[in-house]
Amino acid sequence: MPVQSKMSLTPDSPLSVNPSRISRWAGAFHALFSTKATALGTTIVLIFVVVAFIAPLIAPYGVNEQIYSDARQAPSADHWFGTDHLGRDVFSRVLYGASDILFLAGLGTAMAVMCGTAVGLLSGYAGGMVDEIMMRFFDSLLAMPALLLALLLLGTLGPSRNSVFIVMVIVYTPIVARVVRSVVLSVRSKGFVEAARLQGESIEWVLFREILPSVTPTLAVEAALRFSYAIFLVASLGFLGVGVQPPSPNWGLMVNEARPHVGQLPWALFFPAAAIAIVVIGVNLMADGVKRLLQA
Amino acid sequence: MLPAVRDFSLQIFAGETYGLVGESGSGKTTLAHAIMRYLSDSGEIVGGRIDFDGRNLLALTSSEIRDIWGREIVFVPQDPLSALNPSIRVGEQVAEGLRVQMGLSRKAANTRTIELLTEVRISDPGRVARSYPHEISGGMQQRVMIAMALGAEPKLILLDEPTTSLDVTTQAAVLDLLRDLIHNTDAAVLYITHNLGVVAQICDRVAVLYAGELVEDAPKEALFEKPLHPYTQGLLASVPELGRHKSDARLSSIPGRIPSPQERGSGCIFAPRCPLAIDLCFSERPRLDASFPDSKVRCHRWPEIAAGEIFAWGKINNPEAVASRPPQETALQLKNVEVGYTLRQSLSERVAGRPRRRVMAVDGVDLSVQYGETLGLAGESGSGKTSLARAVVGLVVRSGGDIDLLGLSLAPELSRRSIDELRLAQYIFQNPEEALNPYLTIGETLQRPYITLMGQLKADARNNARRLLAAVKLPADYFDAYPNRLSGGEKQRVAIARAFATSPALLIADEPVSSLDVSVQASILNLLSALQVDANSSMLFISHDLAVVGFLADRVAIMYAGQIVEVTDSKALPALPHHPYTEALLSAVPSIDPATVQQVIQLEGDIPSQQAFPSGCRFHPRCPRYLGDICRTVEPPWQVTETGSRIRCHISPDDLRAAQKRGFDNEGG
Repeated sequence: MPVQSKMSLTPDSPLSVNPSRISRWAGAFHALFSTKATALGTTIVLIFVVVAFIAPLIAPYGVNEQIYSDARQAPSADHWFGTDHLGRDVFSRVLYGASDILFLAGLGTAMAVMCGTAVGLLSGYAGGMVDEIMMRFFDSLLAMPALLLALLLLGTLGPSRNSVFIVMVIVYTPIVARVVRSVVLSVRSKGFVEAARLQGESIEWVLFREILPSVTPTLAVEAALRFSYAIFLVASLGFLGVGVQPPSPNWGLMVNEARPHVGQLPWALFFPAAAIAIVVIGVNLMADGVKRLLQA
Repeated sequence: MLPAVRDFSLQIFAGETYGLVGESGSGKTTLAHAIMRYLSDSGEIVGGRIDFDGRNLLALTSSEIRDIWGREIVFVPQDPLSALNPSIRVGEQVAEGLRVQMGLSRKAANTRTIELLTEVRISDPGRVARSYPHEISGGMQQRVMIAMALGAEPKLILLDEPTTSLDVTTQAAVLDLLRDLIHNTDAAVLYITHNLGVVAQICDRVAVLYAGELVEDAPKEALFEKPLHPYTQGLLASVPELGRHKSDARLSSIPGRIPSPQERGSGCIFAPRCPLAIDLCFSERPRLDASFPDSKVRCHRWPEIAAGEIFAWGKINNPEAVASRPPQETALQLKNVEVGYTLRQSLSERVAGRPRRRVMAVDGVDLSVQYGETLGLAGESGSGKTSLARAVVGLVVRSGGDIDLLGLSLAPELSRRSIDELRLAQYIFQNPEEALNPYLTIGETLQRPYITLMGQLKADARNNARRLLAAVKLPADYFDAYPNRLSGGEKQRVAIARAFATSPALLIADEPVSSLDVSVQASILNLLSALQVDANSSMLFISHDLAVVGFLADRVAIMYAGQIVEVTDSKALPALPHHPYTEALLSAVPSIDPATVQQVIQLEGDIPSQQAFPSGCRFHPRCPRYLGDICRTVEPPWQVTETGSRIRCHISPDDLRAAQKRGFDNEGG
């Protein structure tokens, strides 16, 4: 009685257990295109990243260029997304906005992930009192809704790009730290970490060579998720007028500026809003795909 | 499509108990699920027939097969805790089956539940029935699963490693129960296990499965007495039996590993690992021949094997191990070592000012290990073996006592030990899957101890690491491989190599073979003892399996509830007398000799909680040789027996020996 198994006997998921260095990157790349939804998400993100870099080359008009004669125009061959009440080309501004939002959110996320990883590693590995104090402090930060905390901080720091960056780091560091710490706690007691300690390895070696690599897959998913939230946060703060200030082409800010004229110029509101939605969905799809692969 | 099991035929008659033996990856569980037609979505039965009680199971609709599940065919899984619903009381889970399957009324089902729980020897069925699964021990949970299975009065019972996840003493008790129940049932039983001792004790016939193929199928007595397939012979030869010692003969082990479904060639599936393989074996797949009227074997050369013309596995003498006993001088000395853990308090407990609760895992242990000696440490889980071992290397901080290694007094904390002290003591971990960093190559892992502990330059360390890889008999190209390419046994070899890199004075091996298959286990044990002789290390070898401990160790210490209760020469293990706890542990080791009728000494209850040890002798609540008040109130003294063992018991060695010789039956229970 033959029994067959169709599955390729649990293929190692590319990010978690395929650690040869070159193939790890190849595996990660493969993972990002493995399912339709993930491939779509990755494609969207890639397109926006490219746009962010080459916006000045492809934008038909300057970012703050006002064409008084063309003000308040509906989408046309000249102005694909129409123009706003000040006569600025919405298409060009949406393109420039990509770099504004992606770089700000990206930098903020990167910084938060770095800080969170460092704190999470130390806190989880040290344990005891250090861990207790860190975690209770972070709990108190996490107890506040992110947007509320952000508003509070911006009220103190004053609205500017730098403030938005600092806010992102403060809001997201505790979240990343918690995630990292939970992985550290489970890895710390594994044989290979204890063996390293018994061999007199330095704390740097134990943290960065023994523990950190096992954290990376979880961290990758977390970073992708944080990135999508960060985009949202930057846009929200722009919309509320407490983040990036005019005349920046921040999508949230654009939505805010277009809001009073939505009856006459709906396109000025629709396109930046759609851009936010599409990027956030793209990043989420990508993150979901990575997560599914890691948990498979 | 990969074949997981191919060309498998088996007939089980009502009332017969069939053992299905195989190593992990041989397809045992797939087969059991296939019999029930309970394969996961990725699996499919692509050919053959399964006839059950006159019906072709493969032709039934899914609703018809559901009527058979749990009613006519029942399945007892390996892990009872995941099979029981955690949010429903145990009694209700048993009763529900009775109502649905047997159509009993609520009241009748409840009454029958209590009967069933009594039948599986649960001493307090009412209380157990009212408990949730997590509130009862693993052995109890498995008994409940068995009660459920029996309740359906099935025609076929599939048991998938039902005792593997249990402690030795519990395993023995459950096996004893199963043996009686199986004897009294008319149902056909298929007992799946990797443990040959269990098969010898329980089954009528045995089928040996290797890499998805049936290689031998014979009545139990024939199989154990005259196994014909080289694989079966190898399995039997690799089992360390009670009374075997490394100084007598090395364990046979089967080289290589079980092929994955992709790797299976066109010839005999076992040929790559078979010492008797000839060209024919690689080119042509052997048929399943009827060797004796009642037996089948799948081997080209079985007639020669049966005639005794060729032998697959000869006895390998191990003279080094005998010669290696050095002058008696103490290497490791433990004095009154204590390991206590303070339990974490909740905030409310802390605010209420409750005293911090402490549990003692190790409570006053004195032990010594001589130069080059192997001291075995055995006991049930929860006895404190691992805590003691971890305290020695500093992975847990001891709360009291002294540890001297080669005259150096070791600090409790790892961070306060010098590199020289670290180099002296190394550790081999239980779980090979977690022993190696998945993100470092084998070479990187192996060169670290040379760099950190010996202060060598990277180039030297690399060369030494390569030599080390060869010393543990792994291919050189593993040097640049990551651990995911290695099997469990190979990973454990690397872990052993890493521990021996610096020729430590003391090596602590914490159950290094308990998660490995028997054939692999044997080769690891051989490797350990060979390396130990080369490095002239002392070893503290921890295991719950007394047969393994007895094979590898020179002396054995038995631990119970944080204390040592007996220290004995391992060669004196088969002799009497022993501490009553040791006696129970010894009786719990399933023998691979089907002729031995084992009398298992059942221990009542579980190992006591570390928060409140019993007064007097800690073993008294479970002791089958309980004397009376003295055991309950007075701590027992150390006594020395004629065989040189030291026993912590109130009963005098002479009385113990007399009582243990008699056994229990003659005393009337």
